[in-house]
Amino acid sequence: MFRLLNLELQKLLLNRTSKILIFISFILPFFVILLSSLKINVFGFFTLELGELGVFNFPVIWHLTTFFASQFKFFFAIVVVSMIGNEYSNKTIKQNLIDGLSKKEFILSKFYAIVFFSIISTVLIGLISLCIGLYYSSYNEFNIVIRETNFLFAYLVKLIGFFSLCLFFGMLAKRSAFALAFVFILYIVEWITFGLLTWKFNMDIAEKIQNVFPLKSMYKLIDQPFQRVAMSKFPDKGELMYDYAVHWYEIAIVLAWTALFTFLSYRLLKKRDL
Amino acid sequence: MEPILTLNNLTKKFGHLTAVKDLSFTINKGNIYGILGPNGSGKSTTLGIVLNVVNKTSGDFKWFDGNTSTHDALKKVGAIIERPNFYPYMTATQNLKLVCNIKGVDYCKIDEKLEVVGLLERKHSKFSTYSLGMKQRLAIASALLNDPEILILDEPTNGLDPQGIHQIREIIKQIAEKGTTILLASHLLDEVEKVCSHVVVLRKGVKLYSGRVDEMISSHGFFELKSNNQEALIALLENHKSVSNIKIKDNLITAFLNEPIDSGTFNQYLFNQGIVLTHLVQRKESLEEQFLQLTDKN
Repeated sequence: MFRLLNLELQKLLLNRTSKILIFISFILPFFVILLSSLKINVFGFFTLELGELGVFNFPVIWHLTTFFASQFKFFFAIVVVSMIGNEYSNKTIKQNLIDGLSKKEFILSKFYAIVFFSIISTVLIGLISLCIGLYYSSYNEFNIVIRETNFLFAYLVKLIGFFSLCLFFGMLAKRSAFALAFVFILYIVEWITFGLLTWKFNMDIAEKIQNVFPLKSMYKLIDQPFQRVAMSKFPDKGELMYDYAVHWYEIAIVLAWTALFTFLSYRLLKKRDL
Repeated sequence: MEPILTLNNLTKKFGHLTAVKDLSFTINKGNIYGILGPNGSGKSTTLGIVLNVVNKTSGDFKWFDGNTSTHDALKKVGAIIERPNFYPYMTATQNLKLVCNIKGVDYCKIDEKLEVVGLLERKHSKFSTYSLGMKQRLAIASALLNDPEILILDEPTNGLDPQGIHQIREIIKQIAEKGTTILLASHLLDEVEKVCSHVVVLRKGVKLYSGRVDEMISSHGFFELKSNNQEALIALLENHKSVSNIKIKDNLITAFLNEPIDSGTFNQYLFNQGIVLTHLVQRKESLEEQFLQLTDKN
């Protein structure tokens, strides 16, 4: 396993473009969260301090940081599709196989790299949230601090799921740009299907079905936190209530997609003549 | 003899096109094999199948004694296919380290093999800065990293200049002298003739011949003759029992033999018959002529 991970890390880290993109995908969310936690004086009119709003309180902060950090997953998605695209355009995939890497090992090495970087990203986000939380939060009891850390787990699953999807599209299209286009097309297809289902049945059923689709199910793992923040400000407004928790079945759906996409990538490579 | 690779009725179809048809042959240890055939005759496809990058349609192949999986066998094989494929942004050493990791070979082999192909001074240059000849030599170094039992080369001199071709052939000869089995696919006949001891001839995916290069067609060669007395010579040749066929082009008479006869005896015979030769050459068909005869016949 470490041999395969090592192989992929060498391929990625010696390539300047992917090194920069990996750096950005980790550092950018880190800094955005860090900056947002600072007290900002807006041209001397008023000071903006998000900490005052209570958004950095435990346990809300886990929800908030993982939601925002996951918006930056697109940078690493570029790395994932290009690591497949490059292997095809340099024909090194063929050479790797001839040199004695099996097709299974080839896909696994890519998958391990995805898991590896997702874990690093999760740990970084976990650390920064913990630091900011400990600094701002009104409650520092251990029980409250660790409550809802399952958002971190959801974040990890979400990243791995999304990157597996990119891996599959990368294998399918063989070219980075086309693979990203496929992801975008899938996004549109999911919404069109949602629209059709709403028209045929009703919104409720359509939404339940849409929650199983690959992209939507990954998005659904960490619901948007704005409503929750508003909810805490106006606790008496019942219509703001919504289900924002991470549910086991949401995790299960995404894990199933992850397994499916990884397996399909392998099948695709196995069937293909290079 | 110890078999290294055995093919049994291997077939590959790309849709309606049959690229390789019912191909069977065996590669034994210690020989240098050539796979010869025009472009599109299925050479690369055959190599692709045994190297696990092309899926076969039917038939089977086995590496070594048949108890080794293809995946494990490939770790004892060195192969380069068509063009050298490496990561352009890595240096020679970095590229070879990656191959070492795949094959499970120690890094200390890298400098040793770069020395063999004469790239040691450029080992820290990026692959993208190499000339085609250097890229091809790096590919050979990479294939040699694991001290393979068999080296598979697919058109290794394709696209190289004469110097590059010469360098690659010298390297191949050096490797062959050390007793490594070599399988060389090429459409260049003189390349195969210069390097190989055995040959497999393919055309349109069908095997036309496999065996020793010098036994490719049962032929006793031919004489090229000239004389001032053409008519008498032709008349004599037509009645000679060792001559199966004669061809006349300009003043040159080519007499094909159906049994071995040495040029001295032949000359003496003609002289006794009152014919003085102005030109006498005894030759065997070149591989090119044999190859064309073989492909024309079928």
